[in-house]
Amino acid sequence: MNVPGLVLVIALAILYSSGFYLLLQRSLMRVVFGIVMLGHAANLSLMLTDAAITLPPLLGGRSGQISDPLPQALALTAIVITFGVTTYLLALAYRVWLGDANDEVPDDLEDRRIGRLSEPEDSQ
Amino acid sequence: MNLLLAGPFVIPLLGAGITLLLRRTPRSQQVAGVVTLAAVVADAAWLLSLTADGTVLTSHAGNWPAPLGITLVADPLAALLLTVSAVVLILVLLYAIGQDIGGLSRATPQTFHPLYLVLTAGVCLSFLAGDLFNLFVAFEVMLTASYALITQAPTRARVRASMIYTVVGLTSSILFLTGIALVYALVGTVNMADIAVKLDGAPDDLRMVLALLFLVVFGIKAAIVPMHFWLPDSYPVAITRISAIFAALLTKVAVYAIIRTQTLLFGGDDVSAVLLWIAIATMVVGIMGALVQDDINRIMSFALVSHIGFMIFGLALNTVAGIAGVMVYLVHHIVVQATMFLVNGLVRQFVGHTSLRSIRGLTAVSPALAIYFFLPAVSLAGIPPMSGFIAKVALFQAGVEVGGWLTWVAIGAGLLTSLLTLIAIFRVWTRAFWGTPLPDMLTARAELKRGPDAAGLRMMTATTGVMVAVGVLVALLGGPLVDLSFTAAHDLLDGGAYIEAVLPGGAS
Repeated sequence: MNVPGLVLVIALAILYSSGFYLLLQRSLMRVVFGIVMLGHAANLSLMLTDAAITLPPLLGGRSGQISDPLPQALALTAIVITFGVTTYLLALAYRVWLGDANDEVPDDLEDRRIGRLSEPEDSQ
Repeated sequence: MNLLLAGPFVIPLLGAGITLLLRRTPRSQQVAGVVTLAAVVADAAWLLSLTADGTVLTSHAGNWPAPLGITLVADPLAALLLTVSAVVLILVLLYAIGQDIGGLSRATPQTFHPLYLVLTAGVCLSFLAGDLFNLFVAFEVMLTASYALITQAPTRARVRASMIYTVVGLTSSILFLTGIALVYALVGTVNMADIAVKLDGAPDDLRMVLALLFLVVFGIKAAIVPMHFWLPDSYPVAITRISAIFAALLTKVAVYAIIRTQTLLFGGDDVSAVLLWIAIATMVVGIMGALVQDDINRIMSFALVSHIGFMIFGLALNTVAGIAGVMVYLVHHIVVQATMFLVNGLVRQFVGHTSLRSIRGLTAVSPALAIYFFLPAVSLAGIPPMSGFIAKVALFQAGVEVGGWLTWVAIGAGLLTSLLTLIAIFRVWTRAFWGTPLPDMLTARAELKRGPDAAGLRMMTATTGVMVAVGVLVALLGGPLVDLSFTAAHDLLDGGAYIEAVLPGGAS
């Protein structure tokens, strides 16, 4: 593997791991950043597949001379989708923040109720 | 042929545009929505009649032969699911319109109809997509519409629930994209038939990794245990029509994607044992969750999770009988699950909420409602002669044929789950439907009957009745349905007909 390729692979590893780390946070803004990072990671991994292909599908030229257009087309579509959904997610996070001025993921009330069932039941 | 195959997703997209233009006049918007979906139903039924004998129809966009161009494929499985989905979609839309007529839902946003039609387009394209990337785009179209739909009539709880839903959906989409990148890096194509041919020569461990990755991707969307946690938190919070359509279709589209990828691309046997364990866990954990819930909608959401396990079980068997069982189960479950959520919607309409703690004697308030609940409920539990019974018998028979201790454990888990489903349902029945109704429930009912909402309420009840009838029809048509499923399952496991139809002569 050539040097630029290796750099991309390392970048991918960093993006995926920090993306998933942020996704597991309790603050919604961090979750949104996590999604953004993961989205970039996925798009980047689409671009990387280019190197694995020996023949560009339409022309059949020698590898290394012409880059395969398909991953770029796919990445373009994926980028548009990621952008669109990120915008929506930001609007949603803002809405949650407007609702009660903090953006932490709440506890599940029903879960809490079932958890209490194992304790002595209060009479209905 | 091109138009026929493209119809199920082009028509709703056109309809979405038209309904967006008609947003100032709600009545014409409703008419346009129903006409659009009726056209989709007709198109899907036509496709089903053409493919019923096992024919695989293909259409190449711009006449670029596969694997270069975009390919649409309709085999019996896709056509069958397309038809059932279209029927459920139009019935839920009629229910929603009934809700709007009386103003029961208070301020339905004008964006409901366009979003609903975009969701339809996404669902239909998922069934027809012939390559992985189009499947991804179809999922995105469907999910993006669903992200927006789940926040309709936004309350604080709804916005929070939709945040969880959106983030989980996005995570699985991103993993899907990564999976596509890995497949493309390995075989240099995204066309599913082409991948199936080329992946045969790939190393076994790589195939296994890819199969598991796709299982995780679609497993999150299908809510199989242990990736089910998001579903009971988000579905019950949404308004009735939305949760009905989500419960009926979105998880099933993911199950369809699991079937398609695991049979066509990976040949199934790689992950069979994993699938069996997942099936057992999904069935048992899901139904355990349903047993302790208090809200009817949450009970149904957990039951939904547990019954996804049955479909995974059939797929794990990796035999013709097993896959055929999954198809029957899919058809049965799409209809029954939608009905259950619509009935819950009616309960909420009558009583104002769906918490078991303060509902009693619904049978006395509305006998029709009791029948509407009872029929799909016993079908869900698998009591003969309902459609759930036919589907479960088909699955268990397939399991007995395969044998092996793990399969027997799974069959045991399936029987236990059916029993526990029955208990969960009777818990709802005894608490909510039997007994003397609370006085304020009777007055609320009388007011509803006299009030301005009466016409809308009649339409909602009638639509739910039709949905219940469709559920019974599935049972009556059991014979032809099983025959069709066996034809389709045979082709699915063989894969030859599909690949031959997409890539004539195996050229690539």
